[in-house]
Amino acid sequence: MTTTATSFERPLVVTQRMVDHPTDSHTLDRYRATGGYEAARQALDMSRDELVELVKESGLLGRGGAAFSAGMKWSLLAPERPAYLVINADESEPGTFKDRQLLERDPHQMLEGVIIAAWANEVPHAFIYIRGEYAKPARRVQAAVDEAYAAGLLGKGIMGSDYDLEVTVHLGAGAYICGEETALLNSLEGRRGEPRLKPPYFPAAVGLYLKPTVVNNVETVSNLPHILINGAEWYKELTGAEDTGTFLVSLSGHIARPGNYELPHGITWRQLFDEVGGGIPDGRQLKMWIPGGASAPWFNPEEHLDLEITKGAAAAAGSMLGSGAVIVMDDTTCVVRAAERVVRFFAHESCGECTPCREGTSWLEMILRRIEAGQGRPIDFDLLADVSDNINIDLSWPPKQTTICPLGPSATSPIMSIVKYYKDEVMDHIHGQGCPFP
Amino acid sequence: MAEEVTITVDGREMSASKGDILIRVAQDNGVYIPRFCWHPRMRPVGMCRMCLIQLEGPRGPMIVPACTTVVSDGMVVDTENDTVAKAQEGILEYLLINHPLDCPVCDKGGECPLQDQTMAYGPGETRFVEEKRHYEKPIEISELVLIDRERCILCARCTRFSEEISGDPLIEFMGRGYNTEVNTFPDEPFRSYFSGNTVQICPVGALLAAPYRFRARPWDLREVASTCSHCSTGDAITVQTSQNQVVRLLAVDNPHTNQSWLSDKCRFGYEYINSPDRLSVPLVRDGGELREATWSEALDTVASRLSGIISEQGGAAVAGLGGARGTNEDAYAFSKFLRTVVGTNHVDARMDDTVASQFLAGVADRGVIDDIDSAATIVVWGPDLKEEHPTLYLRVRAAATGFDTNAVVSNSDGLIIRRPGARLIVIHPRRTGLDAEADFTLRYRPGAGGDLLSALQNGEHPDIDQALAAGPVVALVGRTGLTEDPRLAEGAAAWLRDKGAKILPLARRGNIFGALDMGLAPDLLPGRISVSEGLEAWGEVPTGVGRPTRAILEGLAAGDIEAVMLMGADPVADVPDSAVAAEALEKAGFVVALDLFHTASTAYADVILPALGFAEKEGTITNLEGRVQKVNEIVPGAGQARADWSIIDDIARRLGTDLGFGSAAGIAKEIATAAPAYAGITWDLLDWEARSGAVVPYGDAVQKLQYVPVATALPGMSAEMVLHSARKMYDDGVMMRHSLSLHRLAPGAAAHLHPDDARRLGAREGHLVKLVTKTAEAELPVLLDETLHRGVVYVPFNQPGGPSLGSDPVVRVTAVG
Repeated sequence: MTTTATSFERPLVVTQRMVDHPTDSHTLDRYRATGGYEAARQALDMSRDELVELVKESGLLGRGGAAFSAGMKWSLLAPERPAYLVINADESEPGTFKDRQLLERDPHQMLEGVIIAAWANEVPHAFIYIRGEYAKPARRVQAAVDEAYAAGLLGKGIMGSDYDLEVTVHLGAGAYICGEETALLNSLEGRRGEPRLKPPYFPAAVGLYLKPTVVNNVETVSNLPHILINGAEWYKELTGAEDTGTFLVSLSGHIARPGNYELPHGITWRQLFDEVGGGIPDGRQLKMWIPGGASAPWFNPEEHLDLEITKGAAAAAGSMLGSGAVIVMDDTTCVVRAAERVVRFFAHESCGECTPCREGTSWLEMILRRIEAGQGRPIDFDLLADVSDNINIDLSWPPKQTTICPLGPSATSPIMSIVKYYKDEVMDHIHGQGCPFP
Repeated sequence: MAEEVTITVDGREMSASKGDILIRVAQDNGVYIPRFCWHPRMRPVGMCRMCLIQLEGPRGPMIVPACTTVVSDGMVVDTENDTVAKAQEGILEYLLINHPLDCPVCDKGGECPLQDQTMAYGPGETRFVEEKRHYEKPIEISELVLIDRERCILCARCTRFSEEISGDPLIEFMGRGYNTEVNTFPDEPFRSYFSGNTVQICPVGALLAAPYRFRARPWDLREVASTCSHCSTGDAITVQTSQNQVVRLLAVDNPHTNQSWLSDKCRFGYEYINSPDRLSVPLVRDGGELREATWSEALDTVASRLSGIISEQGGAAVAGLGGARGTNEDAYAFSKFLRTVVGTNHVDARMDDTVASQFLAGVADRGVIDDIDSAATIVVWGPDLKEEHPTLYLRVRAAATGFDTNAVVSNSDGLIIRRPGARLIVIHPRRTGLDAEADFTLRYRPGAGGDLLSALQNGEHPDIDQALAAGPVVALVGRTGLTEDPRLAEGAAAWLRDKGAKILPLARRGNIFGALDMGLAPDLLPGRISVSEGLEAWGEVPTGVGRPTRAILEGLAAGDIEAVMLMGADPVADVPDSAVAAEALEKAGFVVALDLFHTASTAYADVILPALGFAEKEGTITNLEGRVQKVNEIVPGAGQARADWSIIDDIARRLGTDLGFGSAAGIAKEIATAAPAYAGITWDLLDWEARSGAVVPYGDAVQKLQYVPVATALPGMSAEMVLHSARKMYDDGVMMRHSLSLHRLAPGAAAHLHPDDARRLGAREGHLVKLVTKTAEAELPVLLDETLHRGVVYVPFNQPGGPSLGSDPVVRVTAVG
């Protein structure tokens, strides 16, 4: 976490402890010494309805990418029991590395959020599904879980109450698709990591082992202890925008100071790049950026630099804040190469379950590679658009998908950007029989 | 089912059951939505996306797959607007970019859903200029199935079938994304009894059947509907021929029997029909050697020998065995001939390997197979269904697992779900194919079944009583093995009937139930009537119950029966005590065999008459629930072979009686009038109105025989080791022996022992042990099976090169060497 002087207030919520105590913020001793687990204790004296209402009132949005109201999600939980809580820590969206820091540096903060969410949703057993490549975060989380069990914070009758809560840490096996919540549930059950059919649209109806299930992101639940202690009003007042609270940005690419930043909603992209990121290095110009992870359509300085960073503003401009990953590209960047890299990722991560994604993403990758290699044909520009159209009808945002899950349409996001803004650059590749960039 | 809802498809209103699936509702109302992965008897997966249609949703039109859309009232659907057409064309383009388009050399070419739907919905040309995906092809994934992964469109029909329907998930998706493939696990071939179904449901030529591959082009095939007669389940099939040779059998969906499925035994067990070893000329023994003869000479020989024996010793000196492999018409002819021309009641189609004939023919209260679907509790105390009644195994499995094969079920929220499975109780001496899905399994040592039955009757298994109390209950009851007292099944049925169960009696031979219904049993006359009651249509028939198989064989050996007619019967192989049968035929004064092949028994025959077999004659057969279905003719038959009924007819004429059989159709008419329970079951009915069969008694017909099973106390038995002997799907039976693709799959003879018993005996796996029973002895290699009861040695019956160890369970086992 880096902090620099900015023209706006930067309250820290989920990263305060790791900023104040960089060496031991992950330990139970430090966590308790800084007020840890008091929120959970308070929560255990509250009813499910009170907790759901509090979280709804706070306006907390899910931080996994969809930005759905966390309180609303809880309220949709079907009445059948047992219900389960699953923490989605399968952080794999390219450019996203914020949950990693929360897992590694403040695992007890998340665990306290787990206790609150579990109690609120009458869950006897919570699962933390961590991306397989996250070895150190997983070790830290497991150590924290072990500490919590030893301290009576998990297990039978937690904190002296009559509430039993088991927590299991599970590591994925390296598939991006397992970040999709229903594929995650399949993977957790020991099946192939493939998304489930919708409907049911929400695991809250039918989830893990076909039981009602709440799936929350790491950052989402990490906010819960603070909302419990400080209240919904405090949380709303952290920001002047319609989106409440702070959010984590993973800033990367052609930017002077890449890194994770906790920021209030409502600042502009210009503020983010200039004041937080320190500008584009080496005197180059900003060409475009991905505003919310590889799945998001791209923004450009001509149209988007002064937009507020909020869910609504991003949606109105045809993209999203997604997982908070901002990838900055300067004017040395070839759009064909950039698009090919993004599409290649999705083609590689396609699970293969449904036809359009399995065949279409790889086909797009091949066409882009051909264009970049100087073997593009004039019809390839329209072909790119039409192959994408068969995955995401009319290249819509939000996508009108022909697929089971949003992975396939995600691969069409860069194509949408190319079609809309960079036709000339693509045609230069085709007519010049090669890439004009070095 | 559920309440009716109204939906609008392409501007047309349709009514549907709430909870049904859109793709099916549309099809039932004449709107075909293209599809690859959807199969009406499997869970929808929405993977191929071919059935994308437009649905008016709360937030505007949505493109969704019809196969995962549950209909609801007021739903508005468009299946053919421009958006839908483009989406469907896009899917086909995706499926084709990596498809090899080698249709001219593909078995599926001409009957291929990918071809057909490309013609109807696909793009005219390709825009794909990249290199296609390549895989080594084809690869053999079992002895019967090959896979061509380049043709595969990854629809999950085969993998779903294997996991959900047959329960042996040996074929699976591997890799992911663009490199997803269907394959088997290393060193685990796709050795499933049901593998052929995946070939039939594959929507492209990715899965290929080794016995059919490159044999024919679909447009050259002739076909006829028929019914499989390898077992008594009555699976509906179509028989396909090319150049007068049967080249393929496919499953037909009879909702009451096999639904869409077949076992590989049924599907590939046709090769014997084309065998060069078929009997094609009558043979007469002359100076100890068999020589070819004309039909006249052979029939004259039979008639004169029989007439001599009848006039010297009476009709009761003649016996008849067999009849369970042919049609009802053949069986009726044989029965009428023996009763009214010869004058004997010594006739039996059961071959000493099943249970009481009246139990099989007339058990009350008898169930039908469909009762399995609605049962809360299913009891199987009989043969291992997976081995002996494979498609019945699938029905029971589906009911127990809740993978409903009749219909996709959706819950009150419109979500597609599995229905809760029925409780399944399996009682058998060893682990059966159904045990994996069973809620309760009880195993016992052969010979001790009576003790178990007493314990059950005395309420010593309260959990079972509790399961039985939650009706409705269906019980599938038969003899678990050849060393088991046949009265045990009857006792089990009596106990279960007292608990309110409907009984489905089990006996495996193809048309055993039809044969018994035609009176091929010592105590039965046609139409489920006891011999003592007589049959009005036949006039005077011999009185008194005749002898069953075992007693006939003993009579032949002792000389009080002089002659035996074998109609599709091979007692030396079929009867558990092979030596008894061989001795009987050896000592018999006269043996005439009507058969397709030389068998161990025809070696003793004085006259062998070549008979027509399956696909060579028209007629009916009756399955284990009493369902009568047609078998039909499509190939001419081997050489001079004739239908059994017509051979019998000629013999009768030479003995001075015209039985009045002009044709098999004529016999069918006679059955429908003479056999009370069969009243009204005509070929016309089965050919046109009741294509899925008619269950006896049909309509208003009455069935006089209402056989109520009675439990007899069976003596307990103590022996250190007991023998369990039962059939595997693939064995050394005459049809299997001449179906080369399947015969090589017979596992071979072995002595299955519990590891503890093997250790005690000092025998290791693969080492020989010596088995000595009351009637025989043999040395067999040991196969360890820890699911066996201790003290039991299991020897599969009638395996190639295997011994016949008889029907007595006591066995002495010692290590050899």
